[in-house]
Amino acid sequence: MTVLGYRLPGMSSLLLWALLWEVVGRTGWTFFIPPLSDVFVTLVDVIGTPAFLKAMYETAYAFLAGVFFAVIIGIPVGILIGKSRLLDELILPWVNIFLSAPLTALVPVLMVLFGFGMKSIIITTTLFAIWIIILNSRAGVKQINRSLVDMARSFGATPMDAFFKIYFWAALPEILGGVRIGVIRAVKGVIIGQLLISIVGFGALFELYSNNFMMKHFWAVLIVLFAVAFSLSEFLAYLERRVSYYAASR
Amino acid sequence: MSQTNDAFAKAVPLDADSAVSVRNVSKNYGDVEALKNLSLEFPRGQLTSLLGPSGCGKTTLLKIIAGLLKPDSGEVEIEGKIISSPGPDRSFVFQDFALLPWASVLRNVAFGLELRGVAKSEREAIAEKYIKNVGLTGFEKAYPHELSGGMRQRVGLARALAVDAQVLLLDEPFSAVDEQNRRKFQEDMLELVRGENKTFIFVTHSIEEAVYVSDQIAILLPRPSRVSEIIRPTSFRGTGKENIRRSPEYLDIVDEIWASLRNYVE
Ligand SMILES: Nc1ncnc2c1ncn2[C@@H]1O[C@H](COP(=O)(O)OP(=O)(O)O)[C@@H](O)[C@H]1O
Ligand SMILES: [Mg+2]
Repeated sequence: MTVLGYRLPGMSSLLLWALLWEVVGRTGWTFFIPPLSDVFVTLVDVIGTPAFLKAMYETAYAFLAGVFFAVIIGIPVGILIGKSRLLDELILPWVNIFLSAPLTALVPVLMVLFGFGMKSIIITTTLFAIWIIILNSRAGVKQINRSLVDMARSFGATPMDAFFKIYFWAALPEILGGVRIGVIRAVKGVIIGQLLISIVGFGALFELYSNNFMMKHFWAVLIVLFAVAFSLSEFLAYLERRVSYYAASR
Repeated sequence: MSQTNDAFAKAVPLDADSAVSVRNVSKNYGDVEALKNLSLEFPRGQLTSLLGPSGCGKTTLLKIIAGLLKPDSGEVEIEGKIISSPGPDRSFVFQDFALLPWASVLRNVAFGLELRGVAKSEREAIAEKYIKNVGLTGFEKAYPHELSGGMRQRVGLARALAVDAQVLLLDEPFSAVDEQNRRKFQEDMLELVRGENKTFIFVTHSIEEAVYVSDQIAILLPRPSRVSEIIRPTSFRGTGKENIRRSPEYLDIVDEIWASLRNYVE
C-alpha cells in the first residue's frame, strides 16, 4: 500500500482497522465491542493468569500432538498411495470424502468413543489436518520425474532409499504446502474440539468468559489465538519458499 | 594361448569379445510392439550406437539392458551373466539428466556411490576426481538449476563414471544440449572410449553423431522394431578427431544411413 508516495510496510492497513475498532468501542455502541486498547490491557493481565496458562498449555499440547500424528501418518500414507495404484484406488475416495466432510459433526461421536478429554481433542485435531496432508503428499509424488526414480533404481536404490532420498524430497514442496494448510485446519480442529467438549483448554475459558459477558477477555484470548495461528502459517510459508528454488525445476 | 582355449574361442567367436549380448528380446506395451525378437552383440571396450527414428524402441532396449524394464521374452547377458535387474556392472546417463534438484553437484556426482553405501569422505573424493575430469571444477557447491544444459549433462556423465561400471548406457545424452556443447561432448566421448576400457551403448537419433563417435552402429527400424543393419566404420578412427568429418568413409556412411532411414521419416 502506498500513501502520498510513501510505501507502507506490509500490514499497515491493520492499523486502520484497529483504529476503527477503537473508535467504535469508545462510542459504547454495543457491549460486544469494547475499545481495542481495553482489550490489549486485558490481554496483558490475562496472559499471566493460571487459567490462561493452563488453557494455553492444554491447547498447545493437543495441537502439537494432533499435528504430529497428522504429519507422521499423513506424509507416508500420501507418498504410498501416490506410488501404488492399488492403494490409491482403495484409499483416495475416503481421503476426498473426509477432506470435504463437515468434521465438526463427527466430534460428538469421537467423544462417545474416546471420552470427554484430551484424547478426543487430539484425534479431532488430527482428523482436521491429515486429509490435506495426504492429498498434497500424493500430488507431490504424482508429479515426480520418472527418470529420477529410474536413476535411483539403476544405481541400486532399495525401496527405503528411494522413499527417503527421492520421493520425499521430490514431493517436499507439495508436502510443505499440505502441512501448512493442515496446520491451519488443525488450529480450527483443536479449538472446535475444545469448544464442543468445553471442559478443557480455551473451550473452558470461552465458556467462562461468554457466560459472564467478559467481552474484553474473550477478545483478548481470540487475538492471541489469531496471532499464533497466523505466525504458524507464515513460518510454514517461509519454509515452503525455501524449497521453491527446486520446485520449478524438477 | 592353450589348445582348449583356442577351440573355445572358435566355437563362440562373437561371445568371446562381447561385453553385452541381447538375445531374442521382445517387449510389448499393451498392443504396441516396441521390440520384436531383437538380437545384438556389443563388443567389449567399444562404443556401439543404436540409431533409428523416434519410437523405434531404442530407449526400451536400453532400459532392458539396464535392468529397469523386464523383456517379455529373450535375455540379456552381461560379462557371461544373464541379468534381471540393475547392477553395479552398468550405469545410465539420462536424456533429461535426472539430477537431484535439491542436491549440489558434488552430492549428485557422488549419488551413485552413496546408494552403494560408500562412505562419505571416500565417495566425495572420487566425485571430486570425476568433476575435474568433466571440467566442472569450481562448481561442486552449485545446484543443477544454476547450470546450463551442457554442464548438467556433464554432471550426469560424471555420476555415471564415478561408479566405475563396466558398461555405460547413454540415452540420447546430448539431445538436450546446445550445438557447440554437443560437439565438445562428441569429442570427449571419443577420448573417453579410448581412455577407459569400458563398453558404451549410445542411443542417438542423429546420423552424424552416431557415425562420428561409434565403433559400431546398429540401425534400428520400427514396426516391428528390428536391427536392419550393422555398420562398422574402419578407416577414419585413427585420423584424429578434427579430420573425421572430412573423411570420405565418414561421408559415405552418413549418406548410406540416410538412404535407408529416409523412408521412415513421415
Ligand atoms: N511406458 C510406455 N507405455 C506405452 N507405450 C510405450 C511406453 N514407452 C514406450 N512406448 C512405445 O513404445 C515404442 C518405443 O518407444 P521408445 O523405446 O521410447 O522409442 P525410442 O526411444 O526409440 O524413441 C513407441 O511406440 C512408444 O510409443
Ligand atoms: Mg527414446
